[in-house]
Amino acid sequence: MEWFSWLHYDFMKYAFLAILIITPLFGLMGTMVVNRKMAFFSDALGHSALTGIAVGVVLGVSNTNVSMAVFAVIFALLLNQISSRVAASTDTVISVFSSFSIAIGLAILSKGGNFSRYSSILVGDILSITPEEIWYLAVIFAITLFFWTLCFNKLLAVSLNRTLARSCHIPAAWMENLFAVLTALIVMVSIKWVGILIINALLILPAAASRNMSANMREYHFFSIVFSVFSGILGLVISYYVNVATGPAIVILASMIYFITYWWGRRYNI
Amino acid sequence: MRKIIKPCGLHCIKINHLGVAFGEQEILRDINLHIHCGSLNAVIGRNGAGKSTLIRAVLGDIPHTGNIEFKDRENGRIQKMKIGYVPQSLNVEKQTPVSVYDMIAAYQSRVPVFFMRGKKIRRQIQEHLKIFEADYLIDKQVCNLSGGELQRVLLSMALMDSPNLLLLDEPVSGIDRNGMELFYKTIYELKESYDLAVILISHDLEYVRRYADKVVLLEGTILKQGSVKEVFGSTEFAQVFQKEEEEN
Repeated sequence: MEWFSWLHYDFMKYAFLAILIITPLFGLMGTMVVNRKMAFFSDALGHSALTGIAVGVVLGVSNTNVSMAVFAVIFALLLNQISSRVAASTDTVISVFSSFSIAIGLAILSKGGNFSRYSSILVGDILSITPEEIWYLAVIFAITLFFWTLCFNKLLAVSLNRTLARSCHIPAAWMENLFAVLTALIVMVSIKWVGILIINALLILPAAASRNMSANMREYHFFSIVFSVFSGILGLVISYYVNVATGPAIVILASMIYFITYWWGRRYNI
Repeated sequence: MRKIIKPCGLHCIKINHLGVAFGEQEILRDINLHIHCGSLNAVIGRNGAGKSTLIRAVLGDIPHTGNIEFKDRENGRIQKMKIGYVPQSLNVEKQTPVSVYDMIAAYQSRVPVFFMRGKKIRRQIQEHLKIFEADYLIDKQVCNLSGGELQRVLLSMALMDSPNLLLLDEPVSGIDRNGMELFYKTIYELKESYDLAVILISHDLEYVRRYADKVVLLEGTILKQGSVKEVFGSTEFAQVFQKEEEEN
């Protein structure tokens, strides 16, 4: 079994398991993030992780994962509220709040020249994941599947036309907020392994690639998950042999898939 | 088009003292409307007169004052009114992977469209699409439909719940003259063959003149309502549309 020699190491086994959970999850969520044009929103959410840690440090919380998740959920709900109320265009509003929050995070964390302690979160390191942390991922995976099965139709309905959804008694605001909170939680649970700088790419690329060649929601989800899992596993293996960070290897593969599907979609006029 | 039920003429919908305000700004005030089933009611007015706001308020999408009653004249009982809504447009861009089945099932069914296709709901959707001769569109992508095709699909969807009231926002783009003619003919036949009332927001006075039973001239409140003749001949009508012409 020369082919699977990389699985001899425990850290590779754990990383492999983690990727088997994270990538389908991102493939799934990405479909709606792309459909609802929330790429910028999820990007801002990723950046807010730093602020979450900073808030935890200031408040003296022992587990900064908790402060990070709580802050991200509040931040996501706030962004949702503000972008539906303020007249300025959504991306401007998100940009303002995102910049503000990341600046606060950086300011606090860099106080006394200590930022290097936190810089690992920028790139992420999936090889350092522990079995216990894989369980967290599994739990959020189960929650997402449950939510998706129950609420996906309603989410799609709201994204196509909010007023029409309301006329069918779909609680539009609830759906939007639940989706934002779930996205926030998923991003926060996986950010330590994937890294702030590329987490959004993982969320967007597989869905965007799938969009290039899908005609309906089943194809869209299927291809998005397949692309995500494929680039995840292959990226891990390549990073092992070539000795580069895993996250970027995955993103490079996912981008290549995007370019290929873009070309394919144009050629066959999808 | 298939006929399902003859309008009974016994239901009516009453909108009493409806008002909408966003903060300090009052968009609609004291709207009183009385609508019978089997009638085509056209709402006309300038841009910003509050036409779309009226529809959103009736749908319950935005908070409003006043109330909306649904009365069955036979026994006077007030029951829950079902409303079908046909929006002006959808948020679909090119390449959006949403098929007609996906869209309708998303609004009408619990079978998760990302995972499987429900046989029963698919059959239902197909039957309703057939009413408007649109059943062949069921697997097409919504973003690739022509303006007229999309209207027919949206109309089929609006009728799936057998609504008592159909609210239509007339399409302003993507439909040519033939398409518009067809659209109005379809609506006309609809109100003749189904037991429902139609409120149509219209931007085209010529079609309103030809097809509407009742016209409502809106400008923040109802300036004038009545038959086509009454409204089109009124001084209010002349004022509103003369002003618009001058502004243009």
